[in-house]
Amino acid sequence: MIKVENLIKKYGSFTAVDNISFEVGDGEILGFLGTNGAGKSTTMNILTGYISCTSGKAEINGTDILNDPIKAKSQIGYLPEIPPLYPEMTVKEYLNFIYDLKKCKLPRNSHLKDICKIVGIEDVYKRKIANLSKGYKQRVGLSQALVSNPPILILDEPTVGLDPNQIIEIRNLIKKLGKKHTVIISSHILPEVQAVCDRIVIINKGKIVADDTEANLSGNIAIKEITLQIEGDAEKAISKLKEIQEIKCTKSGNIQEYRIKSVSSDLLCRKIAELSLKNNWLILEMKTNKLTLEDVFLKLTAGEDVGGEK
Amino acid sequence: MSAIFRRELLSYFISPIGYIFLAAFYAFSALFFNINSLSMGVADLRTTFQVMILLCLILIPLLTMKTFSQEKAQKTDQCLLTAPVSLGGIVVGKFLAAFLVFSLAAAVFVIYAIVISAFAKPDWTLILSNFVGLELLGAGYISIGLLCSCLTQSQMVSAVTSFVVMTFFYLLSAIATIIPIDFISNLLQKLSFLNRYYAFSNGLFDFSNIIFFVSVVAVSLFLTIRVLESRRWN
Repeated sequence: MIKVENLIKKYGSFTAVDNISFEVGDGEILGFLGTNGAGKSTTMNILTGYISCTSGKAEINGTDILNDPIKAKSQIGYLPEIPPLYPEMTVKEYLNFIYDLKKCKLPRNSHLKDICKIVGIEDVYKRKIANLSKGYKQRVGLSQALVSNPPILILDEPTVGLDPNQIIEIRNLIKKLGKKHTVIISSHILPEVQAVCDRIVIINKGKIVADDTEANLSGNIAIKEITLQIEGDAEKAISKLKEIQEIKCTKSGNIQEYRIKSVSSDLLCRKIAELSLKNNWLILEMKTNKLTLEDVFLKLTAGEDVGGEK
Repeated sequence: MSAIFRRELLSYFISPIGYIFLAAFYAFSALFFNINSLSMGVADLRTTFQVMILLCLILIPLLTMKTFSQEKAQKTDQCLLTAPVSLGGIVVGKFLAAFLVFSLAAAVFVIYAIVISAFAKPDWTLILSNFVGLELLGAGYISIGLLCSCLTQSQMVSAVTSFVVMTFFYLLSAIATIIPIDFISNLLQKLSFLNRYYAFSNGLFDFSNIIFFVSVVAVSLFLTIRVLESRRWN
């Protein structure tokens, strides 16, 4: 489990990470979402011991990364934004080096073979890293994170620069890895986080602005909107509907289109249906417009808090 | 540490640097050996050993310039610094790899000694003290090179800085002669690499000289570790 408490990282007067706290449970896949420069990579670098925090605490399975960095690091597999590859080495030489570096106790040949199979780099195992494509380099980077089978994987933008097929493959791979490992993925690509993660932390200007599941995030932030088209007596309909919620109305002939904002759209739909039955309106259309994660993200990173208030 | 040592050693020989270093060392030392010993008909390697201090000034920065600066530039330092290895292990691993390559180069003097022994009876104690002196000098220079490499991302800057610092220590005895204050002048003479090395070159196994070079290595490696550590905090 990862526990982060009141983490702050300052570069001079600039605060890259501003008093953030969160926890990641065993077997959870956490998406770390934020714009470029939001503080995602800095947080990940602190968690992996690459840099130190100005204040606060980061614990990896109960071990403080500053107090016992070697024990904490031995439980983490880290893929930085730019895979840390030695281009002059072959994939085989590189993975053997990482195996030795991490003091891995698992049987060398079978362990490395398994990783190559999982990541799909068996066919380039004996090739020089400098000659590999971007996609393969990314996979080799991922494979080094898997060496020694660490319980925690921290992946910083693992699909950046890959083609659509490779992105899908890597996402599937991460999902698969999530069954055996605790995974933190950072990304600014929303569908990626949506597709892979159990929980999402949105970070903006170094601060956590949201921390929840995708469904809850959309639910919490979204004032859902119902579009309703009615044929019939407009004035009567408006007066009745206004009793329920805030309404915007546009009229086209005998058909009125209403945009009704509501926090709980399911309840409102029921009430509208009951009203139409009582008043003999003809409902031509009734649909709920839900906010997508993209809308939520844009709202939050534009400086609005959950609930839509500035 | 052993993983870092092996990778670093491998890196010298899967890139041209190791070969260039060894080739240059062998070629120039052979040239000086020919001029100073074979052509002159002298069964003494001292002059050749003494010239090596200048050759080391030029060649050792080539050996050490990439050690940390390349890691930083390629971002592979993230791999090392997030692995369950101590900073000391990383620094010592890199130092030992560079020192082994240097020792491979210096080992050519064993061949020169054998060549001389074919014609005359060499003074083996003198050759041994010269060899020990060269190894200690090389270790001191390598540790300074590592420290300079740690301070920059640019290999070129690393090499030039190493050269300047090493030359400074080489010239300390000359600088000492123009300083009128006795205390400072004596201190500089004691810190001079040249004076310490010449003692070995003359066959003197002075324990203080051994301690001096070991201390240079220890202080430089310690500072390298501190620089790496401080980078995490800044």
